[in-house]
Amino acid sequence: MIDILSRYDVLGAFWMTVQLTLFSAIGSLIIGTILVIMRVSPVAVLRNLGAFYVNVVRNTPLTLILVFLSVAVFGVLGYALATRGESGFIATNAFRWAVIGLSVYHAAFVCEALRSGVNTVPLGQAEAARAIGLTFAQSLREVILPQAFRGAIAPLGSVLIALTKNTTVAAIIGVSEAAALMRAIMENETGSVVVFFIFALGFVILTLPIGVGFTSMSRRLAVKR
Amino acid sequence: MTKRHVRLFAVAASAALVLSACGGDGDTDADAGDDGTTAAEDGGDAGEGGADGSIRIGIKFDQPGLGLRDGDTYSGLDVEMAKGVAEKLGYSEDQIEWVESPSPQRETMLETGQVDLIFATYSITDSRKERVSFAGPYFIAGQGLLVRADDDSINGPEDMEGKILCSVAGSTPAQRVADEYPGVELQEYNTYSECLPALLSGTIDAITTDDTILAGYAAQEQYAGQLKLAGEPFSEERYGVGTAKGSELCEQVNEAITALIDDGAWEQAVTDTLGPADYTPGPGNPPEVNEDCA
Repeated sequence: MIDILSRYDVLGAFWMTVQLTLFSAIGSLIIGTILVIMRVSPVAVLRNLGAFYVNVVRNTPLTLILVFLSVAVFGVLGYALATRGESGFIATNAFRWAVIGLSVYHAAFVCEALRSGVNTVPLGQAEAARAIGLTFAQSLREVILPQAFRGAIAPLGSVLIALTKNTTVAAIIGVSEAAALMRAIMENETGSVVVFFIFALGFVILTLPIGVGFTSMSRRLAVKR
Repeated sequence: MTKRHVRLFAVAASAALVLSACGGDGDTDADAGDDGTTAAEDGGDAGEGGADGSIRIGIKFDQPGLGLRDGDTYSGLDVEMAKGVAEKLGYSEDQIEWVESPSPQRETMLETGQVDLIFATYSITDSRKERVSFAGPYFIAGQGLLVRADDDSINGPEDMEGKILCSVAGSTPAQRVADEYPGVELQEYNTYSECLPALLSGTIDAITTDDTILAGYAAQEQYAGQLKLAGEPFSEERYGVGTAKGSELCEQVNEAITALIDDGAWEQAVTDTLGPADYTPGPGNPPEVNEDCA
């Protein structure tokens, strides 16, 4: 087991997993926030568009989204996210498409987590905000969303844990993260059960602190009513 | 039955029709998976009884020219060799149970007795010999490059500097390119089929793996005339027959392969399966059967 760890760049592969998680988390938080604003907005078209996005993306397999982006959009249509000819072009391109795919997919879950947070804010507060003359944008920014985020910390933590583990899907479009290295090691070595446990342990080490951290945060930051 | 019920029933029936049509279209992956488990279960029974005397052979289900499942017929060099060897071992064709054996599961399938023999582009390597006994080799392939038919700029891996090459993530050919030709841009996918559209559209420049597999893809009807193999093979892959460690079948398989090569059946099988792809076996073929079943 030790010699496997020393011969392969396991830490480097997990660093790639961490990077994928981090960038996709930021991306999905931004898209998810925009989606939740659409879903609670007073404009019916926006509400329907938001609901449509969530329902379509949430019910599409992540594998399909990533393969579509990489095989169809990059492979066939030729849209690259890095400069062709530069060294590491393919690796950068695959990483960026993976971040986009993961962000787009998890934004739907972030949106629903945030919407559950919005629902924890009593309706009276929104009415009061409008009554003192705040516009929709102002009431969202000053009153509703800050409380919604604090109410949605626990479900957002679950989404982040799911995102961490879902980064393994990026291996199939050629991002050299943990799952990709695991496949390479399994191809070369014969003790595949040991290899499997090393990588399972790696993911536990990544996700356990996220779970503990978000649980304690959700307790400390919850809006006391 | 009221009118409304009739209408509901009609909707349900048409929905069922549409759904079954989708299914029948052949989602081969799902089907293959199903088949794998049932075959394994059947295999368990056969092992206990032993009276019906069937033999379970692991092959690839998705490689044209080598091991391909189309409905309930199987074709390819691996399949033909397996049939020939089974016959020499005393099994007729309908006593063979075909089981899908994907690359990462081959050693485990032999160790747990899910299959008796594996003919699945199984390259003989030292680390694999620790877990299985190899008979053979029955064919010698090499790593090759598949390019567009109108592309003359690539004649070997050294021409790939700065160009984009596609292969399967973590596979031996992909790792070899990454180690020995660091200037090559390597796009990795889950299967070779995902590389093909990008090769045809010009986004990537070549696909690499065993030349036998590449020839099979080039010969598929929908790609006829659009793809070709470039240059000479740049590795040696000795395809062996996997048997359980220490199995007494191994020596018998060696004898069977030698007999098949001597009586011309080997050449017939190669011509029938790889010939349509304009593939000529490289140097070393027909191989000398020299594995000692250790």
